[in-house]
Amino acid sequence: MLDLTGLSLHFGALRVLDGLDLKVERGEVLGVLGPNGAGKTTLFNVITGVHRPTAGEIRFEGRVIGRQRSWTRCRAGIGRTFQVPKPFTGMTVFDNVLTAAVHGAGLSFRTAARRAGETLELTGLASRSELEAGALSLLDLKRLELAKAVACGPRLLLLDEIAGGLTDRECGTLLSILTTLREREITIVWIEHVLHALKSAATRLAVLHGGRFIADGAPETVLADPTVQDVYLGAVD
Amino acid sequence: MQHPNRLWIVYLARAALFAAAVVMAVAPMLLATRDIAILTEFLSLLTIAIMWNLLAGYADIVSVGQHAFVGVGAYALFGFAAIAHVDPYLAIPLSALVALVVALPVMVIIFRLRTAYLAVGSWVVAETIMLAAGKLSAFGGGSGISLPVSVVRGFGSRVTERYATIYWIAFAVAALALVATWLLMRSRIGLGLTAMRDNEEGAGVVGVNLIGLRVLCFLWTAPFLGLAGAVITLQKLRVSPPASFSIIDWTVYVIFIVVIGGIGSFEGPIIGTVVFFLIREYLSEIGVWHFIILGVLSIAVVLIEPRGLWGLVRRLLPADVIPISRRRRVRR
Repeated sequence: MLDLTGLSLHFGALRVLDGLDLKVERGEVLGVLGPNGAGKTTLFNVITGVHRPTAGEIRFEGRVIGRQRSWTRCRAGIGRTFQVPKPFTGMTVFDNVLTAAVHGAGLSFRTAARRAGETLELTGLASRSELEAGALSLLDLKRLELAKAVACGPRLLLLDEIAGGLTDRECGTLLSILTTLREREITIVWIEHVLHALKSAATRLAVLHGGRFIADGAPETVLADPTVQDVYLGAVD
Repeated sequence: MQHPNRLWIVYLARAALFAAAVVMAVAPMLLATRDIAILTEFLSLLTIAIMWNLLAGYADIVSVGQHAFVGVGAYALFGFAAIAHVDPYLAIPLSALVALVVALPVMVIIFRLRTAYLAVGSWVVAETIMLAAGKLSAFGGGSGISLPVSVVRGFGSRVTERYATIYWIAFAVAALALVATWLLMRSRIGLGLTAMRDNEEGAGVVGVNLIGLRVLCFLWTAPFLGLAGAVITLQKLRVSPPASFSIIDWTVYVIFIVVIGGIGSFEGPIIGTVVFFLIREYLSEIGVWHFIILGVLSIAVVLIEPRGLWGLVRRLLPADVIPISRRRRVRR
């Protein structure tokens, strides 16, 4: 479904992504781990068109998308959330999600309003729908990020640290939302530091370090890998 | 609904707005010629302010060269009415068309730039167009030229009649600008523009075509600015490069108006234009001080409430006076 080959992004001498390869299959929940500064968010920025790659190829459902604009990729079926939420602060929560349904999914106002209502219900924001997004708490802003991404009707959903700071109960709710999304046949790539959440949802784990993947496979195998334990979980000397 | 008990203020404001529109529609029957002249200027400046707000407040195109299109509209009106002898009433929409045509190459140039570079670039382009206009000998060159009496007579043989006609043209242009832009803001395009205003990157990843909306806004504003230029020319009865392409009158004042009234809101430019004319009419006898008051007011607004006077008022109100969001109509 998503195919990255030799993907590089350099800011001057800084190689944020360094010839990285990744394949994501339909129906997977791929968890992405990596220390701070490993290039995880940058990877999402390159996949969604916020940054153009310096080198390498991005294929989505077989088509090369490396030169497309972010809105074209969204409409093609790639949704994402931002680690630092990017709400439309002056609009109501409902209008935030409506915008995604109208522009991202290309729905008419009437259908988009229904989609927005359902998505707010799913993400637990229904009671907030008439509030201005600028008035939301951080937790609700993260929900709104998810709601906006889902309302675009993506087939591939990129989640950037949406479980950080959640209580166990809230985390449970989030996991059940992700289960619903999987039932809708949405493929998920999830960057997350909250390991227990990631372990219970991910069908596969990949570890990013220094701009490339150093491990990739079944969650247990990857977490048991000595290199991974060394760079990510902290070396025990 | 944080302030349900204050909804009556919103209804009152809507009623006041409606009453003002009705009064303005029949103003020439009620007011003296001098007041009609001021109201005509008000309507022209309101049209320009609505357009600058759309560009800078929503589409993040902070242009300081929009006076170019006012000037192009002015010169086009003169060209059609005085040189080509086209019916003066037909010359008005034609001047909008010319402004739109000129906007195409201008857009290609300045859209290569962003932020501060765009601001400077748009200014340079506007200056260039003004200098080019000064080279047109049929338009009086650098010192300008008056509209021929025959053209002026076309709008009324007596002065009061002419003032009323030009006023109604200005009213029609401002009403068209206001209603058309309001409908635009209520469409899916307006939803995308509002999202873009609040967070560009966030808007892009939910499918809002940032480039497409910028192009649309730029091309949307040009013909309305051309119309405003035509109205201004009819009122001043002459064209000249420094007056028709005045950066002070058609850009600097307009920036003050939009910033004071509230950038990125539909109500802002209306409030700003009203405040500007109140300051100008009641404080102009104290001379240069009214400029200083204008400057201090806009700095104060930026520091206290970047969303302007309307932003201050809006905090206390439960709804917009001119509603753009359609959610209440589309929900369920």
